[in-house]
Amino acid sequence: MNPVDMTTETLRQQAKQIKADGCRFVTVTCLEETEDTLALIYHFEKNLELFHYRVRIPKDKVVPSLCPVFSAAFLVENEIRDQFGVTFEDLEPDFNGTLYFGDSDVVTATPFCRFGVKRADG
Amino acid sequence: MSNTILPFGPQHPVLPEPIHLSLTVEDEVVRQAVPALGYVHRGLEMLTRKKDFHQMIQVVERVCGICSMMHAMCYCRGIETLMDIEVPRRAQFLRVIWSELHRIHSHLLWLGLYADSFGFESVFMQFWKIRERIMDINEATAGNRVIVSVNRVGGVRRDLSPSQCWWIGEQLDEVETELKAIESTMLDNYTVKKRTVGKGVLTKEDAWELGAAGPTLRGSGIARDMRELKYEALDELEFEPVVETGGDAYARGAVRFKETLQSIDLVRRAMARLPGGETAAKVKGKPEGETALRVEQPRGECMYYIKADGSRFLDRLRIRTPTFANIPPLTAMLPGIELADVPVVVLSIDPCISCTER
Repeated sequence: MNPVDMTTETLRQQAKQIKADGCRFVTVTCLEETEDTLALIYHFEKNLELFHYRVRIPKDKVVPSLCPVFSAAFLVENEIRDQFGVTFEDLEPDFNGTLYFGDSDVVTATPFCRFGVKRADG
Repeated sequence: MSNTILPFGPQHPVLPEPIHLSLTVEDEVVRQAVPALGYVHRGLEMLTRKKDFHQMIQVVERVCGICSMMHAMCYCRGIETLMDIEVPRRAQFLRVIWSELHRIHSHLLWLGLYADSFGFESVFMQFWKIRERIMDINEATAGNRVIVSVNRVGGVRRDLSPSQCWWIGEQLDEVETELKAIESTMLDNYTVKKRTVGKGVLTKEDAWELGAAGPTLRGSGIARDMRELKYEALDELEFEPVVETGGDAYARGAVRFKETLQSIDLVRRAMARLPGGETAAKVKGKPEGETALRVEQPRGECMYYIKADGSRFLDRLRIRTPTFANIPPLTAMLPGIELADVPVVVLSIDPCISCTER
């Protein structure tokens, strides 16, 4: 597996191209790379072959959501928001960190990070 | 008529597992469905920090009981890829046999629940009665009815004797006969069609766009089955995905019914070609690197991403289950249907929430 590196600036544009090429959205994997950075690996599929694209981000960086391009991305992006504290721009619907944790719970932790992320409000 | 927001689930008679849907309804017609999860989230992926890569097999088997064999098989395949382990051919065939038996009992369980969702209780009981034969096979060959726990890194931990294969074949003949006896009841019956045809339609384009998986995708006319990847012994077993074009609850049910018969055939052919030899390769060292791979579970495509740094503990394990992929399509199926049809349509994706939330 050799993910192609991308940046948040080109992410959505490249996603549009990937979709135009006939690829299907599979999922996104988030992992903690260092104390300060996360990696988002976007998985797509075409003709049974998987394609992987990696974006490395500082933990407090806002990432463009793929929802405007692949509407199926909303669930996994909300999950990553819950577990890693990543904020996605234009995420629809946005559960704002309450997909797994009810909105009555006061959740400040990012359970899948060894080193916590300060959650953005709103 | 003003809109009303109705909670559907997490506790509902038709739901075997807890998912919550906020349904916006206008009169009796659903206008919007928003899912909410979190009732059975266990953080199993996080256990990679406490359990070593061998122990994680038992963890992934508990992501979901009913497709536990496929979870463990996909995980083991990932570790074997990272460690460059060649699995013995006999073990590959045995994995196909147990995984297809899992598909049969999962589909039979679902077909029963599905019939129950529209009040056809006698069919529900018939399917579950038939399913017991598969559970007996699991118990006799692996010691457990549901979590068979046959996989290990490098192969399988149990074997099948010729007499067991003969007995399994006999049981499968009975399952096939009993299934064919109720085939017309499930596929041609007026009551079944009245409750399922045209309900929860997912077009071919929406199924692709929204990332649907498994029978939900194939019921919308797209021939995509991860078994086409020819993993394990599937390269020696001819196989064509079952496809229906209706895109409705009926089509998804028909796909599963036909896949049950197809899996019976696959098990028979795998047993007929079962080669001799070892059932597991020796495992030395620890996994290092990253990989992503997929298998076809009863509910559809399941993807495992594994990253390892050469230690006993994995760096990251990510599991994308088929129901997780089928929730966005579900939110597209529900708008426009009658409230009374919601249980049937929700069940038509065969939701497994313990898989979804992990």
